[in-house]
Amino acid sequence: MPGLEDLYREIILDHYRNPRNRGELEVPPAHRVEGFNPLCGDEIVIYLTVDGDTVTDIKIGGQGCSISQSSASMMSAAVKGKTVDEVRELTKSFKSMMSIHEHSLEGEDEPAEPTAESVAKLGDLEALRGVVKFPVRIKCATLSWNTLAQGLDEALAGA
Amino acid sequence: MALTDTPHGGRATDADPLDAAAIAADFPLLGTTSHGRRLVYLDSAATSQKPTAVLDAMDRYYRTINANVHRGVYDIAEQATSAMEAARAKVGRFIGARSTSEVVFTKNATEACNLVVQSWGRANLAEGDVVVLSLMEHHADIVPWHILAAEKGLELRWIGVTDDGHLDLSNLDQLLDGAKALGVTAMSNVLGTITPVADLCAAAHAAGAVTLIDACQYVPHNVTDVAAWDADFVAFSGHKMCGPTGIGVLWGREELLDAMPPFLGGGEMIRDVRTDGFTVNDLPWKFEAGTPPIAEIIGIGAAVDYLEGLGMDAVRAHEVELTTYAMDVLGQRFGDRLTIHGPADPAERGGVLSLAFADLHPHDVAQVLDEHAVCVRAGHHCAKPLMRHLGVSATARASVYVYNTPADIDALADALDATAEFFMV
Ligand SMILES: Cc1ncc(COP(=O)(O)O)c(C=O)c1O
Repeated sequence: MPGLEDLYREIILDHYRNPRNRGELEVPPAHRVEGFNPLCGDEIVIYLTVDGDTVTDIKIGGQGCSISQSSASMMSAAVKGKTVDEVRELTKSFKSMMSIHEHSLEGEDEPAEPTAESVAKLGDLEALRGVVKFPVRIKCATLSWNTLAQGLDEALAGA
Repeated sequence: MALTDTPHGGRATDADPLDAAAIAADFPLLGTTSHGRRLVYLDSAATSQKPTAVLDAMDRYYRTINANVHRGVYDIAEQATSAMEAARAKVGRFIGARSTSEVVFTKNATEACNLVVQSWGRANLAEGDVVVLSLMEHHADIVPWHILAAEKGLELRWIGVTDDGHLDLSNLDQLLDGAKALGVTAMSNVLGTITPVADLCAAAHAAGAVTLIDACQYVPHNVTDVAAWDADFVAFSGHKMCGPTGIGVLWGREELLDAMPPFLGGGEMIRDVRTDGFTVNDLPWKFEAGTPPIAEIIGIGAAVDYLEGLGMDAVRAHEVELTTYAMDVLGQRFGDRLTIHGPADPAERGGVLSLAFADLHPHDVAQVLDEHAVCVRAGHHCAKPLMRHLGVSATARASVYVYNTPADIDALADALDATAEFFMV
């Protein structure tokens, strides 16, 4: 049985206690997007500046548990300065680490294990791997990523 | 089990009429373990555990008299029909109904609320009409009204909540002025607050408004008398009162139910069907389209028998004693680090304790409690307007029932200690 240490790694608690890129950006030029976890009431607000094809700045607001907050904090650090394509790639790697296959009912074709290369790119985010063993918390970890994806789409559509 | 450590055994105090430790033995699931420890179930506000008597009654139906109801003339079909209708009578007596015509079975309390809004509301409300709700409502008594309001252009007005966790009735007459309906909870599933239902119904009727009482948290824990309340509609669920899931109840005033159009259409609810129309069945079957959840109806009847065996006065007294014990113990052990939302006086509330612990998020608290086999609910409890009013996104909620003992509360407190240690707060 997975223990609490699998879930609450030191680096997660550090990001929870000292969240990176917390705050707001002026809208516009930044884009603002909100995400909700309907299960637990957690809310996240992401402010995003996309310049050309690069995410030049990002700030995080809202409230949530240590998993959703630390995931958002690590995400903000990981995507700042990256190109949109790199961010999308990172999102894919993160979600595959969270083994997101909610919609596949065919038990046969499990999604491919994330490659060592894609995991390496996740850096600190790899610490969230243990969340997979606590299925109800996966939504906490992915809230910020789904919200970011929505924000990117909106920001690019508006541009 | 360390029950012998507490001075009163399974009882919270000498005044506690129930020996909860003995009662717990009636509930098979409470004898199981989780993470290698005795399961401590403190989430009965979400759903209660089920006693053997209820499980056996449902099993007996399937094994010995399984047949569809109101159709067959053969022996077991008649037995199934009379078992189902006997359960309806038990439920009716349990809440003070005058007749079984007023006891409509639904899927759950949520469906009961939707029935009232879609049938009574659709037939009786028009653009600009006012419906009054409270900020304490569960989404089950909010969203159906939102749906109809968006369609018809209704105005929703909101009864506020005071700092000490009661309904703010200071402007009630103003809110009710011109209102056609009042939807209000009898007991909050977040704050535990017991509301003055009889007074609210009197005020609503004086203003000409019809009342829908969400008694989902009230009926399982208190003596309920719909006639004394003088309510118009009362909704509750079987699964929070020792019964199975999949069965809820709408009690309604007969004159109102009689005048209402049907909700769902199909078999059971009709008297005659022709190519050019249909006529409806008598109450209560007019509102029960299709094959009913027969086993679940028999199950809720057995749950009523079980609770009446304990005595609802005793159930309430036990919960007041245990809530008092819990508030004392948690207060002594955690002081300012722990906030319990809602009324401070256990006599004014049910055994629902929504906790804010240090600055920890309820999800994180509940996760560590789970490691200690203590089951509590973390989240918004389907009451987001109330959460916004409290200024929180979630709470960790511990709730008690007939089978909870002081040892369960001690286990909760020990697990909270471990939580504080783990997160170093
Ligand atoms: C106060 C209150 N109303 C309504 C409901 C809805 O009950 P159900 O989900 O059984 O329909 C609940 C239970 O969650 C509740 O606590």
